[in-house]
Amino acid sequence: MNKDILICGVGGQGTVLASRIIAAAAMAEGSTVHSAETIGMAQRGGPVTSHVRIGDEAYSPLIPNKKADLIIGFEPSEVVRNINYLSRDGIAVVNTSPVKPVTESLLKSGYDGTEMVSYLKENVNCIFVDGNTECEKLGSVKFLNILLLGVAAGSGKLGIKKETILEEIKKRVKEKFVDANTKAFLTGYEIGDAKEKR
Amino acid sequence: MKEYVMGNAAIALGALKAGVNIACGYPGTPSSEIIETLSKYPHEGLHLEWSVNEKAALEVASAAAYSGARALVTMKQVGLNVASDPLMSLAYVGVEGGLVVVSADDPGPISSQTEQDTRRFADFARIPVFDPSSPEEAFEMIQDAFEYSEKYKTPVLFRPTTRIDHGYASIDAPDSYIPKSFEGFKKDAGRFVIFPRLSYKNHGLIEERNVKIGEDLSSYRFNTCEGSSFKKAVLASGVSYMYAKEFLKDHPDIRLIKVATAYPFPESFMLDKLKGVETIICLEELSPYLEEQLLKLAGKHALDIKVLGKISGHVPHMGELSTDIVKTILIKYLDLKEDITPEDDSLPKLPQRPPVLCAGCPHRASFYAVKKAMEGKKTYYCGDIGCYTLGNAMPLDMVDTCLCMGAGVTMAQGFSHIDDKGKAFAFIGDSTFFASGITGVVNAIINEADITVCILDNSTTAMTGHQPHPGTGRNMMGHVVNAVSIEKILEGIGLEKIVTIDPLDLKKAIDTIRECADIKGVKAIIFKSVCIALERSDKKCEVSDKCINCGKCIRETGCPALIQSENHVTIDRSLCSGCTLCAQVCPVNAIGGANE
Repeated sequence: MNKDILICGVGGQGTVLASRIIAAAAMAEGSTVHSAETIGMAQRGGPVTSHVRIGDEAYSPLIPNKKADLIIGFEPSEVVRNINYLSRDGIAVVNTSPVKPVTESLLKSGYDGTEMVSYLKENVNCIFVDGNTECEKLGSVKFLNILLLGVAAGSGKLGIKKETILEEIKKRVKEKFVDANTKAFLTGYEIGDAKEKR
Repeated sequence: MKEYVMGNAAIALGALKAGVNIACGYPGTPSSEIIETLSKYPHEGLHLEWSVNEKAALEVASAAAYSGARALVTMKQVGLNVASDPLMSLAYVGVEGGLVVVSADDPGPISSQTEQDTRRFADFARIPVFDPSSPEEAFEMIQDAFEYSEKYKTPVLFRPTTRIDHGYASIDAPDSYIPKSFEGFKKDAGRFVIFPRLSYKNHGLIEERNVKIGEDLSSYRFNTCEGSSFKKAVLASGVSYMYAKEFLKDHPDIRLIKVATAYPFPESFMLDKLKGVETIICLEELSPYLEEQLLKLAGKHALDIKVLGKISGHVPHMGELSTDIVKTILIKYLDLKEDITPEDDSLPKLPQRPPVLCAGCPHRASFYAVKKAMEGKKTYYCGDIGCYTLGNAMPLDMVDTCLCMGAGVTMAQGFSHIDDKGKAFAFIGDSTFFASGITGVVNAIINEADITVCILDNSTTAMTGHQPHPGTGRNMMGHVVNAVSIEKILEGIGLEKIVTIDPLDLKKAIDTIRECADIKGVKAIIFKSVCIALERSDKKCEVSDKCINCGKCIRETGCPALIQSENHVTIDRSLCSGCTLCAQVCPVNAIGGANE
């Protein structure tokens, strides 16, 4: 199996854990995996990406333009920033809740995410998730990464078995948070699954 | 055991597999995780240190290598400039045990001052360089680098680039660490004491030897050649090879040559692979090193071959390459009928997310205090390398110059000599002070400068991921040691005035700064407050209904935790660390709290 998955968001949203879980789960199923992550200055409130490349045909550490099968977007403007990576028949899982730039109070861009979401609605095959509302139900914004991972898995575009991912979540989150994260994953899975069947 | 690791970890694990006896380095993106990885795996018997700077690291390692031990030194490319004094001489003297200097290059540059190329440094120093194209290759190649270093008794450079350092792949990690056994230092002044006569003699021997190494490397396993259609060939190195491969996997007949050892250039390998080639394009980041080698080779052997690359204008000089840049270049070069997919330029305007000092960062308070204290006065604000370079951003706007590690102190001195009306300030972090700030302060004293040195002491090396430094009192061997006191160093140098203050006490800080600025001579203010990313605070500030929504707190401090709503300012509790700078700036005392 060859799959290119781009995870994008804003520093601090938990994109790295999501990418590690995908990489580990794909390897557990016997695939070769390469990935590349944003590290350094850009992490602090800046745009972050993880490129996960599954399969033996991947050479470049970064996904080439128009080759990503799936974008898991933690923030609508960050999905748009990376939209050139998405292949023509690719799909984007998009959290519609915006994260304002940390400089917003000073520079006043007026950004609220709506323009991004409407652009994506018109131009891209997306599964939209209201991250803030879903996370409120789950009890904390900290579950956003696993929730979105669940949506991606439920959509069937990840190409990795649900059980394999759940196993990796168990290995990688603190024991006391395993149940809550499992719930977040399954909630997301249902959302992705339902959208896909429609 | 198969492990999924970062390229830097692969380099560290390769060094452990090679039985490295000593590893020294100075933190710098993208190289920092090598030393950190060594500390996380079994390494009983390995001496591990974050040295005070790159020069110290290389000198410590050199003594070990003279003794027959295997030594690893790590740094980023600009660190190699600092280590170049020992490196240039060490190249003449040579080593007994393998010595590998990892110098991580940063095309882009993504987080560096320069786009310099370590391969050129290898040529300049006349020592071999290894250039891995993937994390997996880096793991193997670092072991080869130790072998070649020992075989030819020369220090060797190893230069990954950011995409290799920070890429992830699975490698066969060693299960245990067995340090190399070595005989120890054998006194031999004729070999280890560098004198003009020795340098003259060794210079000749080195040039002869390098011809042999070039021959040896001509059959090196990572110098490779693929594809049978050779009239138009492609030469690539490092990650550029992977970018080329990504495109050429659909054109497997095209000749693709990879040179992993740029210096000494593997001449006979290249001559062999160039047979029948009419045109060749060089895909490489940073400098056109391989392109120049090919041009030399073509001249030397009167080859009828056209060499394309950066010099010919076919490949950009600046920045990183990518699969898409390489694809575009190759489609044109190979006259292929493929579409170059244009970027979608109809995207809505994206919000900018520039890097800023964290909410609650004590550097913000330090800069703000100096700004307030010096309001209306002519000033020179000389910055340095670290998180605090971000003090340049609005609204603080407190960095007038930034050149290289330690330059803030000496440049402030320079301004004080050419303008006695302005007040010159140097801003330098604690780790940078130890690395290269101390000599500058000594220089300022004996040359009668009039400067105020602001040491931003947050008890860590924050920018590169919180490494310990001489002031933190713990080292990479896990030992608690005497913390070196910045105050006592400055006392020893004999400054006019040395004060330590809490930058979060704004009024007192401003008074102290004014007092120091008025005294002639060299003064130091140590702004002491721990990095908020190191010690998370549960304190939060709160805005009361006294807030008149004037926005002064936001305009003056630029703290990202402050949000202006319709009727009042609010504080993002997930970002606030209760530093209270905003409370001290508020004209109507509307911000209080700092409660847990």
